[in-house]
Amino acid sequence: MKTLMLGNEAVARGLYEAGCAFVSSYPGTPSTEITEAIAKYKEVYAEWAPNEKVAMEAAFGACMAGKRSFCGMKHVGLNVAADPLFTISYTGVNAGMVIGVADDAGMHSSQNEQDSRHYARASKIPMLEPADSAEAIAFAKLAYELSEQFDTPVLLKMCTRVSHSQSVVEPGERIEAVKPYEKNPQKYIMMPGNAKKRHPVVEARTRALTEWAETACINRVEEGSDHSRGIITSSTSYQYVKEVCGDKYPVMKLGMIWPLPEKKIRDFAASVDELIVVEELDSFIEAHCRDLELPVKGKELFPNIDEFSQNLVAQKLGLEAPCAGCRVADAIPPRPPVMCAGCPHRGLFYTLAKNKITVLGDIGCYTLGAVAPLAAVDSVICMGASISGAHGFTKALEGAADGKTVAVIGDSTFMHSGITGLVNVAYNESNATIIIVDNSITGMTGHQQNPTTGFNLKGDPCTKIDLETLCRAVGIRRVRVVDPYDLKQTEDAIKEELAAPEASVIISRRPCALLKYVKHSKPVQVDADKCRSCRMCMKIGCPAISMKEGSDGKMKAVIDNTLCTGCGVCTQLCHFDALTAAKEAE
Amino acid sequence: MDTKNIMIVGVGGQGSLLASKLLGRLLLTKGYDIKVSEVHGMSQRGGSVVTYVRFGDKVYSPVIDKGEADYIVSFELLEAARWTEYLRPEGKLVTNIQQINPMPVITGAAEYPAELAEKLKAAGVQVDAFDALTLAEQAGSAKAVNIVLMGHLSRNFDFTLEEWMDAIEKSVPPKFLELNKKAFMLGREA
Repeated sequence: MKTLMLGNEAVARGLYEAGCAFVSSYPGTPSTEITEAIAKYKEVYAEWAPNEKVAMEAAFGACMAGKRSFCGMKHVGLNVAADPLFTISYTGVNAGMVIGVADDAGMHSSQNEQDSRHYARASKIPMLEPADSAEAIAFAKLAYELSEQFDTPVLLKMCTRVSHSQSVVEPGERIEAVKPYEKNPQKYIMMPGNAKKRHPVVEARTRALTEWAETACINRVEEGSDHSRGIITSSTSYQYVKEVCGDKYPVMKLGMIWPLPEKKIRDFAASVDELIVVEELDSFIEAHCRDLELPVKGKELFPNIDEFSQNLVAQKLGLEAPCAGCRVADAIPPRPPVMCAGCPHRGLFYTLAKNKITVLGDIGCYTLGAVAPLAAVDSVICMGASISGAHGFTKALEGAADGKTVAVIGDSTFMHSGITGLVNVAYNESNATIIIVDNSITGMTGHQQNPTTGFNLKGDPCTKIDLETLCRAVGIRRVRVVDPYDLKQTEDAIKEELAAPEASVIISRRPCALLKYVKHSKPVQVDADKCRSCRMCMKIGCPAISMKEGSDGKMKAVIDNTLCTGCGVCTQLCHFDALTAAKEAE
Repeated sequence: MDTKNIMIVGVGGQGSLLASKLLGRLLLTKGYDIKVSEVHGMSQRGGSVVTYVRFGDKVYSPVIDKGEADYIVSFELLEAARWTEYLRPEGKLVTNIQQINPMPVITGAAEYPAELAEKLKAAGVQVDAFDALTLAEQAGSAKAVNIVLMGHLSRNFDFTLEEWMDAIEKSVPPKFLELNKKAFMLGREA
């Protein structure tokens, strides 16, 4: 039966139908829903791993054991998993293994705009690239066939617009595909003697896959009436090309993005006057055409920055595009994402900003501590970089940074890649102060469980990693817990730990205000007569607080009762008792 | 049939995903090719969000570009003004008149433009502005704004009331069904 399915759910459906039995992933927009969706199928074991490297190694172990396996991640997650990636290319698989990676052209929810296609060529692992949900199902299934036929892991490359678009699909039935495990040291033990013999196998495999690509129906030519141009494209770019060109120009639609066919592309180029490649981000297909010494236009027409759209493709191809509609003359203020009302991170970042502390930040909701009016963060690089960065920053200034620098990292990010940074802090003895903002969930990607929450992906209770014990075990002697809703307690702790002559960890602990089990207090009350319009309460950037003209004509604080969770942080800032918190939750 | 384009815009957390789900369910039963493109992740945290719904005989692009939208359905007035360039010349803006201040306005770094609905009309936009929030509250929950807006949008299409109600039944939990049906009718009759 036809149904609408999100691209990521369609990947999960394809995995399910192909008999995938083991999934290990780390959440990351735009890839997260693949794993959330597959977890709903009872036939499939699915888990959140602490990071992508662990996920990929776990998925490899499962495929070696004979079960079809999958690991999913966003583009930057593939950097974390790059170490096993390059070597499981050598070992190949037993049962099929598929690696899902989702790029984020346009950086809707990412810290960089890297093009993951380069990983396919660099690691010599074939990469399929669906352009809609129906292809997501079909390509996920095909990926397992290729994986087992060519003895290789297969990369399934998604992007924001394919992952997060729903389109029409027709789901099929599940097959079961299990293989026995047989010990095979030459294939699975990658020490130099064996690896030297596997490398030529990989090169031969690439030649065989290139042959396959020449005739594969997923690399198809769609005929056009006007051969003055021919367009090679894939993924969401294909959709934009077809949207604006229809059947005018012949289009080569590539479903396998590496290895790319040679003869097929040469033949296509010979059939048209001008060869154009339309691809988001880097020159990849275009570079391949240049390697084949074909005259081609790609990045001289199209940008290597940001995502495309149909109007952009039309404009760059010199075709007619619709004119923009009407708009008002007023400047429209931007609406950036903000920390939610009641967010436990708010009080912490206010305290850090107030004390003018250098903050090496990390990846998560708390990255929003960088945004005005808090503006409390000095750097954000990648998962875990806060702790290692704060260590280097502190060491480099030889004591001058002591008492002024902290790392801020979330509970999930700490488990992902903060622990090794903390080991370095302990081992090499810097005075860094590490603040773990523990909101009991992986927040930014939409509430995924992690090793510190006590629940697994399927929602069942499981071992809960104790952060205090873990930090002490790696050698940090000063470990304490504060409630970030209590500004004085938080400030005292930060000042004391910064003054301490050794490394310390402060765990700022409060569950995310959006968690269903979190009870909210009654909204904060404003006594307009007491409000002196000083705007102190505005310094925390709470979306529930604004200033409106009162009956005396002066600007007064106003609380939006639909947003306010009664956390009471603002009441601690008011010098005039104009803001009053309700008592405890009912 | 040429592709029809509907944009649903608002502030993260206002419930635009349910609105697009409802539209998707309805259009699927009518046998159209459909694409619905959503925003997940960071932008959801109180930021400006947009959902694209496209349907017709064959739909390629998952997004709607400037000058292409037949309808923009907006949960909030400033968001309506942000996206009107995406309307076709004959396109129509259906908008809630609710105003939610973005952080730059809250901090005083920017101003919320005054009289936006009037300015949009003066700029040449075909505007259908109404108070969806009050109707949602009448129906029983401020959260039903999304269904009130869909009810109001429904007046522009030939789909029958039964078809809409069927799609609502398939899209909301049973315990909120009556509330949502009431919200839909209040929007449709507004």
